Amino acid sequence: MNDIKEKILLKGNVAIAKAAIEAGCECYFGYPITPQSEIGEYLSKAMIEENRVFIPVESELAAINMVIGAGSTGTKAMTSSSSCGIALMQEAISAMCCQQIPGVIVSVMRGGPGLGNIAPSQGDYNQACYGGGNGDYKIIVLSPSTVQESIDLTYLSFHLAFKYRCPVMLLADGILGQMMEPCEIGNYPYKNYNYDIESWALDGAKNRKARNLISLHMDLGELEKLNYELNKKNIEIEKNEIRYDKYLTDDASIIITAFGTVARVAKAAIKQAREMGIKAGLFRPITLSPFPSNELYNTINENTKVVLDIEMNLGQMLKDVRSSVFGKCDVKFTGKPGGGIINSDEILQKIIDLNNNIES
Amino acid sequence: MEKSIIIAGYGGQGVLFAGKLLSYAAIIENFNTTWIPSYGAEMRGGNANCSVKLGDDEIGSPIINKPDILITLNTQSFYHFEKNVKSGGTIFLCGDEDEIVKSRDDINYVFISLKKITKNIKQLSFLNIVALSAMIRKTGMLKIESLILALNKLIPKDKLNILTSNIEAIKLSAQIVFDNKNSKVLV
Repeated sequence: MNDIKEKILLKGNVAIAKAAIEAGCECYFGYPITPQSEIGEYLSKAMIEENRVFIPVESELAAINMVIGAGSTGTKAMTSSSSCGIALMQEAISAMCCQQIPGVIVSVMRGGPGLGNIAPSQGDYNQACYGGGNGDYKIIVLSPSTVQESIDLTYLSFHLAFKYRCPVMLLADGILGQMMEPCEIGNYPYKNYNYDIESWALDGAKNRKARNLISLHMDLGELEKLNYELNKKNIEIEKNEIRYDKYLTDDASIIITAFGTVARVAKAAIKQAREMGIKAGLFRPITLSPFPSNELYNTINENTKVVLDIEMNLGQMLKDVRSSVFGKCDVKFTGKPGGGIINSDEILQKIIDLNNNIES
Repeated sequence: MEKSIIIAGYGGQGVLFAGKLLSYAAIIENFNTTWIPSYGAEMRGGNANCSVKLGDDEIGSPIINKPDILITLNTQSFYHFEKNVKSGGTIFLCGDEDEIVKSRDDINYVFISLKKITKNIKQLSFLNIVALSAMIRKTGMLKIESLILALNKLIPKDKLNILTSNIEAIKLSAQIVFDNKNSKVLV
């Protein structure tokens, strides 16, 4: 507990912005949208002070395409937006995967569909993990559930983007963006990692042959080959980068699956349930894509009767949970769409109801 | 231990700042804490509020449905949040008992008399700090010294006059004597 004294109180959005600076993000392009505007607001001052690039763009389309431009030169670049703004970026995200250009996209979810509202939501799980871009592509999606984790996963986003030359999305929700919590910025832990940027970046073609990073591959069989290469990379990512968190799952008869804010609310409910003698536990995916499928499957033990998936949407992660559980036990769902917020009393009641069903 | 506090008032009265101050003071005493502003499109002159939780353990949702403690700087917020306070909880209201109509008998009401405060403080600008420190003194939730340390952290070094006035406001709240029998506050 002593180290808490060193901690500072930061809003989730500001923490992400500060972490981007610490990670060495050289360019930020963004357009304001609630509930993530503090990221741009903070960086509009901090990036200039650091002598880096801050461009308030005319649209989210411009923002993501500028990330492509900066990323193609091997420069660390980031954009941030919310639901409907991220929707505009989908075509470019597909292109980034094809061109193998690194970049960080921060998505702080609000209520949808459409322009929706500004309440916190998790309605963009599908948008983040399965995207709206064309083609066989996958991106890495990281989901924090505390302000501290928002910092740590911002660092990881920049690292993975350059390690695998791909877009990485940090997926938070309005609560995480707006809330303040004690945290530490610390130091960017991947400073000395060698990414071999020289081997692919567009850096002026001095003393070497010209090269380009394109997303159009017309030669016969060329695109097919590229798709296999990209797939190989995705398998590599799945092997090395899956992250998740477990809480009291070893003997749990009820395992809750939840990500982001809902996971921390569920944890509070699980603590109350344990005090009542109900064996509940939590499985929290941190990488939503790739999803910790095997890890969830292996978490289910002989005591587990039911997996309860809880989300602030109508069941988007549910299909990943179902396919991971693979019939090993029952899967139930509860959620609220369009900015509805789930509190720990509601989750506790669900746990109690499920437990009564199990026992009867 | 986990305590949930909602601080509410008009936009501009410093309710968000008071909440941040409370959170910072909690960090100083090694508590876990969360702060979240009222969610939604707020407008200038309208009502504003923030939710603060502090506790020994990790904090689940930062959002508070039933606060243990409600601090209201105006009567509008009092009427808005009175029904939400947890049974056995306490409302700290800036105002006199005859200014409002209580609707519950399962919670405590503590009145911080504006008339008496304004005699001591020239501006009402520090009502947020007076109310917050009165709450801390009454509940003993945190040490008043932590609040002063938090002020030193939160207020920029070049705004010494603001820091001094805020610390004066905290000291002023020491003159507030609580009458425990009927939870009235006397200055």
